[in-house]
Amino acid sequence: MKKLVSLVLALAMALLCTAAFTGCKGSEEEADYSFADGDQYEYIGGELNILNWGEYIDEELITIFEEETGVKINYAKMTSNEEMLMKLRSPDCIYDLCFPSDYIIEQLIAQDMLVELDMSKIPNAKNISEKMLGITDSFDPGNKYSLPYMWGTVGILYNTKMVDEEVDSWDILWNEKYAGKIWQYDSVRDAIAVSLLRLGYDINTRNADEVNKAKEELIKQIPLLKGCGTDNIKTSMQKNKAALAVVYSGDALEAMDKNPNLAYVVPKEGSNVWFDNVVIPKSAKNLEAAHAFINFINDANLAARNTEYIYYSTPNQGALDRLDEAYIGDEAYNPSEETLSRCSVFHDLGDFVDVFNSAWSEYKSKMGN
Amino acid sequence: MKRKVFAYPYIVWMILFIVVPMFFIFYYAVNVGGQFTLTKFWSTLTDVKNNWLVLWNSIVIALKTTAICLIIAYPIAYILSNMKKSVAGFISLLFFVPMWMNFILRTYSWYAILEYFIPGLIGKPEVSFTGTEFSVLLVLVYDFLPFMILPLYNTLSKIDKSLIEASRDLGANPVKTFFRVVLPLSVPGIVSGITMVFVPAITTFTVPFIIGNGVFTLYGSKIDEAFHQATGVVGDYAVGSTLSIILVICVLISTLIMNYFDKDKESGGQVL
Amino acid sequence: MKRVFKSFKYVFLGLALLFLYIPIIYLIVFSFNDFGTGRHVSYTNIGTWNGFTLRNFLTLFKGEAGDALLLTLEIAAVSSIVATIIGTAAAIGINAMKKRTRTAILNVSQLPMVNPDLVTGITFMMLFAFVNTMLINMGLKHFQIGGFVKLLIAHISFSIPYVIFSVLPRLRQSSDMLYEAAIDLGCSPIQALFKAVIPDIMPGITSGFIMALTMSLDDFVVSYFVGDKSVLSVYIYSSFRTSGVNPAIATVLFVPLVALLLFVNLRSLAKEREYEIQSKKVNLKDKGGITK
Repeated sequence: MKKLVSLVLALAMALLCTAAFTGCKGSEEEADYSFADGDQYEYIGGELNILNWGEYIDEELITIFEEETGVKINYAKMTSNEEMLMKLRSPDCIYDLCFPSDYIIEQLIAQDMLVELDMSKIPNAKNISEKMLGITDSFDPGNKYSLPYMWGTVGILYNTKMVDEEVDSWDILWNEKYAGKIWQYDSVRDAIAVSLLRLGYDINTRNADEVNKAKEELIKQIPLLKGCGTDNIKTSMQKNKAALAVVYSGDALEAMDKNPNLAYVVPKEGSNVWFDNVVIPKSAKNLEAAHAFINFINDANLAARNTEYIYYSTPNQGALDRLDEAYIGDEAYNPSEETLSRCSVFHDLGDFVDVFNSAWSEYKSKMGN
Repeated sequence: MKRKVFAYPYIVWMILFIVVPMFFIFYYAVNVGGQFTLTKFWSTLTDVKNNWLVLWNSIVIALKTTAICLIIAYPIAYILSNMKKSVAGFISLLFFVPMWMNFILRTYSWYAILEYFIPGLIGKPEVSFTGTEFSVLLVLVYDFLPFMILPLYNTLSKIDKSLIEASRDLGANPVKTFFRVVLPLSVPGIVSGITMVFVPAITTFTVPFIIGNGVFTLYGSKIDEAFHQATGVVGDYAVGSTLSIILVICVLISTLIMNYFDKDKESGGQVL
Repeated sequence: MKRVFKSFKYVFLGLALLFLYIPIIYLIVFSFNDFGTGRHVSYTNIGTWNGFTLRNFLTLFKGEAGDALLLTLEIAAVSSIVATIIGTAAAIGINAMKKRTRTAILNVSQLPMVNPDLVTGITFMMLFAFVNTMLINMGLKHFQIGGFVKLLIAHISFSIPYVIFSVLPRLRQSSDMLYEAAIDLGCSPIQALFKAVIPDIMPGITSGFIMALTMSLDDFVVSYFVGDKSVLSVYIYSSFRTSGVNPAIATVLFVPLVALLLFVNLRSLAKEREYEIQSKKVNLKDKGGITK
């Protein structure tokens, strides 16, 4: 009985806290969250289930959208494209909106799992830069099913206090001098791409020998690794816990902003340029709200706030025009033509993905064993 | 109306949600996208250099965890069982209170301690203690220690003290008394403690993920990966299901071994 | 020598307790740490002390974390109540069965307790995937099992056995005749149940309910595999690599609970002590009486 009483009391406490605190909002914010075109949103209501990457939206935007449209947003996070794919393929998928990368979108379109976007409901799509739409066209012909949300490159983030040589090649990630100080990226395509590029192969290779060689190299690298992570890498780098890391450009920008000793480079062997686009899966129930949300995040002013917040590069020209000059001049935020010419987009590998997966599975099995 | 009737709702529930779901592991192991196939089942089963290697290593780690837990927990339980009932009750409560805090939170806290706090404390902030077998073992022992203390304490405190006195009166020294009387009588507690630590320790995937920095793969991580990271065709649970079947068989074997050692166990007895 | 051994005993217990409480104390201390303000608060900075603040408690259940906590409490409350009802009824029924059926049912009921969480979670995930696929193929898309119901079914299922195994020992102690007698005295079966049987086994039901509640609150693995919606533990797990977890969650969930547990127990301990002293005095008096 004692235990029951105490438990009930504790629960009551917790409930009270929720009630008291959910209403509070950070009031120190001074950022300008007005609509660029003086947009008005009508009441829509219902729920909107969003599946996105961790730390990939300014949460203030969610609150504003909920207030404007009366839609209750349920926001779920994932850490890899493959995890998102598993969730979207589950027969009882509930999501109305999600933000997968290029090669996944290609696959989703091929398997007829996406809803064609109704552009008449997304007038703000006009803000998206033509140049970006030109690239995304390669995996979503005609940009019918998706609109770019964020983009960037994959590169090496390094600590200039710990690495005194010039960093310009993926090779340095295999340098024993930095044993225990290297972060690899915990994602099939990204990690294998790093190894493929280092060996001079194409990141979209369909040659099993090349993939296996890349896998062998990755296995050789394991003893040198501090870890194999995702979003946690930037924190670790920022706190000087590691010397070198494979990261996405947005994470690099955030870490560099907080730790001046860090630098980011896209290696000379080339790299991957990626796009995370917003799509509506066939499972969507609230199409009205989903389209409204896509339009909402493409508002030039809000997109500017969003990119400032999450540090990733926006494809939204309207937003770019509103950003500080420093962003445009930053090689990590806005890579030059020369850098981009070295980078390629991931493409769906069809059935060949099995070769990648079993290589990955073997790689993971060797860890700690 | 017979009293038996009251159990019928549960029996229906049990069949629907305990028995039937178990069947799906086998169903999905040989069913890919609605087609019957043994290829994935067979390739997973025969993948010795990956799956079985990881399983073997996980068993080794789980054994180490169980052994360390037993070594630490036995003296604790023994000391507690010799204390005054009310004091022992209070102190044993102190040992179980940490379990009320979700173990994910506690593991998360260990990460911060090992990665940032201890290195800062010893003045070497660039060092880190995560990502090693030692750290994974430490946190596994931490997580499962109360599960070892609980059954040991229960058994030890039920041992009739007059047996110990009798042994002493008959001339046995304390050490002999311990090994000839107390230890044999506490076997049921040891057995259920081992089962409660060993099985969860094989299947854990959160500790290697958080503490192991993602460079430490245990069998649970492999299963998690099969369900959450793989890119197969729609509804492809074959790999994960096959790995789970192997796991269930391992658990079954270890339970049988444990039951063999614990002959006093009543049928339909309690785990806790 | 004996005294050294005795103090060694306490040192050992103390060290073991310290080991168990280190991470908890650590989180509680850091729940008062200043993690900064502004739009981008990151709790990953849980290694360096930046100054005292109470702010973490104010932003505690904003957004996702709040949803997760609410869901956790809802699921825990509903699932433990349902599990207690079904489990108690089941125990009463099982207790009246023949030995062979009883053993068979109890052995199956042990499955969720013996099975690793991981397997339980996976089997439920598959069950729901299968049922929902079937419903879609039959054109009953709108009857699909939703995220909340999935979690609820899973939590009820792994809780019921704990209720059964808490209630059964009580039933064995209580008389078999109670129910029959009540029926003979003109009660309907339901009345007999509520007036005669249940009051007698109430302590078993209560501890079963607490077990069910604890299991539900503490669960991670099953919810992780089953849910499309995040309960608190799943939220913490998924936040680990991103913005980190606000350590104030630990304080708010843990401190009141422990304070109460300790308070209640210490008081009963003190009472017992008083009682002991009293009875010793009585003893002394009695002995004194005899010598006189």
